[in-house]
Amino acid sequence: MARGPGARERFGVGGEDAKLPAPDEEDALKAPRLGYVRARSLDEVFAVLAAEPDEAKVLAGGQSLVPALNMRLLAPRLLVDINGIAGLDGIAEHGGGLRIGALARHAAIGRSPLIARLAPLIHQAIPHIAHPAIRNRGTFGGSLAQADPAAELPACTVALDAVIHVASARGQRAIPARHFFKGLYETALAPDEVVIAVDFPEPASSMRSAFMELVRRRGDYAMLGLAATARVASGVLREPRLVFFGVGGMPIEAAMAAAALGEGAALERIAAAQQALDQDLDPAGDLQADAAMKLHLARVLLARGVRALVGGAA
Amino acid sequence: MSDAIDIRLTVNGEPVARHVPARQNLVDFLREELGLTGTRAGCEHGVCGACTVRVDGAATRACLIFAAQLDGARVDTIEGLSESGEIADLQAAFHARNALQCGFCTAGMLVTTAELLRDIPAPSRAEIRDHLSGNYCRCTGYHAIVDAIETVARQRCAAKGGT
Amino acid sequence: MTERPLSFLDRPNSYIGRSVPRPNAQRLLHGRGTFVDDIRLPRLVHAVFLRSPYAHARIISIDATAAAQLPGVVRVVTAKDLAGRYTPWVGVLTHMKGLKSAPQHPLAVERACWQGEPVAALVAESRAVAEDALAHIVVDWEELPAVADAETVLAPGAPAIQPALGDNLAFARSIDVGAVDDAFARADAVVEDHFTVARHTGVCPETRSILADFNPADRQLTVHHSSQAPHMMKEIILRHFPLAEPDVRVICRDVGGSYGIKIHVYPDEMAVIALSLLLGRPVKFVADRLESFVSDIHAREHRIGARMAVSKSGEILAIAVDDLTGIGPYSTYPRTSAVEGNQVINLIGSWYRCANYRARLRVAFQNKPPMSQYRAVGHPIACAVTEMLVDRAAQAIGLDPAELRRRNLIADDAYPWTSPAGLRLERLSHQRCLERMLELMDYAGLRREQAALRAKGVHRGIGLASFVEITNPGPAFYGVGGAPISAQDGCTLRLDPGGSVTLAISVTEQGQGTETAVAQIAASVLGVSLERVRVVTGDTERTPYGGGTWASRGTGIGGEAALQAAKALRANVLALAGAILQAVPDTLDIRADWIIDAASGAQRIRLHEVGRAGYFRGDTLPPDVQPELVATRHYQPREYPFAFTNGVQASWVEVDVDTGFVTLLKHWVVEDCGTVVNPLLVDEQIRGGVVQGLGAALFEECSYDAQGQLLNGTLADYLVPMAGEMPDIVVAHLVTPTTTSELGAKGVGEAGTAGAPAAVMNAINDALLPFGARITTQPATPQRILRALKRT
Repeated sequence: MARGPGARERFGVGGEDAKLPAPDEEDALKAPRLGYVRARSLDEVFAVLAAEPDEAKVLAGGQSLVPALNMRLLAPRLLVDINGIAGLDGIAEHGGGLRIGALARHAAIGRSPLIARLAPLIHQAIPHIAHPAIRNRGTFGGSLAQADPAAELPACTVALDAVIHVASARGQRAIPARHFFKGLYETALAPDEVVIAVDFPEPASSMRSAFMELVRRRGDYAMLGLAATARVASGVLREPRLVFFGVGGMPIEAAMAAAALGEGAALERIAAAQQALDQDLDPAGDLQADAAMKLHLARVLLARGVRALVGGAA
Repeated sequence: MSDAIDIRLTVNGEPVARHVPARQNLVDFLREELGLTGTRAGCEHGVCGACTVRVDGAATRACLIFAAQLDGARVDTIEGLSESGEIADLQAAFHARNALQCGFCTAGMLVTTAELLRDIPAPSRAEIRDHLSGNYCRCTGYHAIVDAIETVARQRCAAKGGT
Repeated sequence: MTERPLSFLDRPNSYIGRSVPRPNAQRLLHGRGTFVDDIRLPRLVHAVFLRSPYAHARIISIDATAAAQLPGVVRVVTAKDLAGRYTPWVGVLTHMKGLKSAPQHPLAVERACWQGEPVAALVAESRAVAEDALAHIVVDWEELPAVADAETVLAPGAPAIQPALGDNLAFARSIDVGAVDDAFARADAVVEDHFTVARHTGVCPETRSILADFNPADRQLTVHHSSQAPHMMKEIILRHFPLAEPDVRVICRDVGGSYGIKIHVYPDEMAVIALSLLLGRPVKFVADRLESFVSDIHAREHRIGARMAVSKSGEILAIAVDDLTGIGPYSTYPRTSAVEGNQVINLIGSWYRCANYRARLRVAFQNKPPMSQYRAVGHPIACAVTEMLVDRAAQAIGLDPAELRRRNLIADDAYPWTSPAGLRLERLSHQRCLERMLELMDYAGLRREQAALRAKGVHRGIGLASFVEITNPGPAFYGVGGAPISAQDGCTLRLDPGGSVTLAISVTEQGQGTETAVAQIAASVLGVSLERVRVVTGDTERTPYGGGTWASRGTGIGGEAALQAAKALRANVLALAGAILQAVPDTLDIRADWIIDAASGAQRIRLHEVGRAGYFRGDTLPPDVQPELVATRHYQPREYPFAFTNGVQASWVEVDVDTGFVTLLKHWVVEDCGTVVNPLLVDEQIRGGVVQGLGAALFEECSYDAQGQLLNGTLADYLVPMAGEMPDIVVAHLVTPTTTSELGAKGVGEAGTAGAPAAVMNAINDALLPFGARITTQPATPQRILRALKRT
């Protein structure tokens, strides 16, 4: 295939979608024939998804789905456009924390003072997502449902203990972020389910966050990234959360490394934490970085992340 | 549920009504259906930025949105932005600075730049480069484009009488 | 500046040297350009191609029955259907002794030799329908072993990719000049490196596009082509299709970037022409981005072993190189794929005094897309090899790299000069360019800054690269070998009754500013204001016959033709003005659209009055006066095979030694391209070229697996330089005009690309010096840098 063996991976066809037949083996850059329906309510979406879970795809921002369609990496019979459903794009305080609607666009999230205050890690991550035009359309819920291993937001939701609300004709359920991401483009979403909102708990006092990624060019898929939070006081990090992305099929929380930071002066524990990282991460290599390099870069980002948290620099 | 759908939208200020295949993306709709060939398809996977237009006031990749989604929407293309005069100062600055060569990326650059200056009226060179990071140019090497945008930003700020 | 005698270029109101914005850019700024895909014709249909998914495979059968019957499908063809409707082509030239290549066809015959080779063509009412239908063509393939690696393919016993040719060595050449072994034996230091330059590709913003429109009623073929050389394309069509010369027209309007990619003959484009002839209606093909990655000409793939001998006093004593380059299964047509490697070994070391030089070139076939000329052909590699050896030699003997260059660059007063490989250099300014560069970049200041930052663990590097660029090639470059490539160009200038001037010229425009530069020249020499000049290019029916734009020849050659045509038209206009005014023509001149008294400057009559008299009022003219308000002149370089330019580039980088990431802090170019017609256009050509070179040095490579499958064929995975990573680029000029033309202009389009990779690679290695690490592979990716640092 002229697209290359990695195209399905690069453009996000995995998980459930990998079971759909790729309609042709040739190059194409026009979407295949499809049906389209513009849903006016969630019930309408649920009904369609319940009726044909394998043949319908939800269209939200489309910034990942449409390239895959254009390249004919998948060919759903039907696109269900949910952009017209009212009430799904809110950004509001909720239970001391924050609720972000699934259809909130990255650009709006980036401009939100509420998010800057209540989930600064998200605020730090948004500018790294692709480019302005992509951020104008791409949605928060869509990014989580897509679960690109190099994406920024999934790792942030894990680091912040977000709860992802999903719904279908069968009802609603709340999935903690750490259980939501299952593998390469694979989430806990059932084929008939849709993300509708994401809740973030009230941030702890003295909580700081640091977001960083290594990327060849601004806006590219990250080679590796770190979404980190901790409660910081006098150079000591309490409850550090170190979530790496770009290291495998899903965000990985480096629990052993975090534990190795211990209760003492974090800056002096970096080497120990870097060593412990071997137990947390078993990265797969890709065209840009083999497994050994990914592990090396993870150690580098760990050190930089810890310094950023301690130093207070964003 | 249908393979083709009726849409009514506004393109460059004019009402448009069409029956479109569901799979037709906005670039193809603009070019094939409306004859607005100023918007260009450079990659059709959202990376090069040549297809950037404005949808409901926001810079958007026309290759990543279907015309079928745009019932009730407002679309502005390079032709419309030119005719309204909104980007006349940008066009003049690009021209004077030779911030384009083959011109294929230029429409996308201008639409993207118009939004940059709306959001950041006095951007630094680094901010300009950052905002343009999703618009591929092979001819200019970007330096002249950054210069032209800096010039316009300065002119607009001076015209407002402020810093 | 070099003094030259006053000429037509120094006339009052001259536009020479003025940064005039391009009149033909306005339509592009308003979205009103006309690229091939913008053209609509009645009954237009669209072609798509089924391409080989394998790097090497036998085509056992192709069953297109189902596809052909789908609604909206007009025709499906394979090689069998086109047989007899064209003649195949072979990418060899007689002056490249020993170069061999197999015949090439629009669609693969029996066997596909690269992943992406077109095997069948399908024509339908729309591109989308065509792609739908393509999926219904059933091909029975027998996958064959593929040899992708150039080295493997030359090993004894390796299967011949083209069995009729015997082996996979397409071309070989050696140079051995001076006393090379002796020089290495007596050297105080010998440095050696193995260089690898990855294959990469042009990624033109507008993909390859062609619209062939055959009218069977009068057998007229009109081809709208995104291309640089319409006359060449017309000649190619005449050689390979049954059409008569008067009946073929090739039109190149707006072209969305080419950089040499669109100068070659492509099988799929030839298939489109064949389809239009077959169907008797317009057929359009626009490559999509994915297929561009596997069907555009690729560039640069080289593996080079190189050594340099140097004395402890800093004299370069000898250079020896061995270049292996892989060109895919065919040599391209009509320029051949041997030119790339040939230029590498011709150019290496040629800006230094060193007289002892040995080189071996081997050009190998392989199962990858064809590789051929792309902006700066061979120069980036020759410059990188030379300049990286120079830096290494400087290091070996403890000399500053700038000083080593100073001691070895050909002296500015040593010209004319012939290099060991036989390149004849008219006059260059390497020494002065180097001094200007060191001052411009504040070399001493940067060294101090580097040292201070190193102490703090911040690793910055400075890289210099001197270089030459081949421009304005003469007929010995291609024509001599039998190629339908013209080394001359012509310009017709016509004064119209209203005083405006139509300028038709055979060089072409792809955004570099050709049209503006030639208009500036003509307006200056003729004496009219620039707004009155209308330029016509890119149409075999409307311009004189010529070579087009490539090898940085548009201004140097086209500009000279425009200059001479303007002189001739001026003489004709003054002859008529003299008849009207009853004055001796020599006492008159044209200035700012007026006929004036040359001595006093007094205005006599307006140009349009002369025009009207000439065209409408023959009754007022003496009977023996027949106005000829039009003049055509052609020009080709004769004295030198090429007009060489020279320059030096510098790069200032920071290397993050923990991650291997390189930040380009700044870049400088000091360029001497002779007379500068329009500094604005020239500087932007340099900047654009530099960034293409920076992309090659840091980002771009076509990654293949052992089976010849492209692993990164999308814009998300093939990394082209974007605004966020590129530096500001400072440009300065010296001017050494060529005396071989009145204009004195050399070319400049490729200079940026020629020297940029060398400068960056030297800068990276300079930054890595404290670690004893060195990288000689392009692109210098973070992974490769970390490996050089032994961090992973």
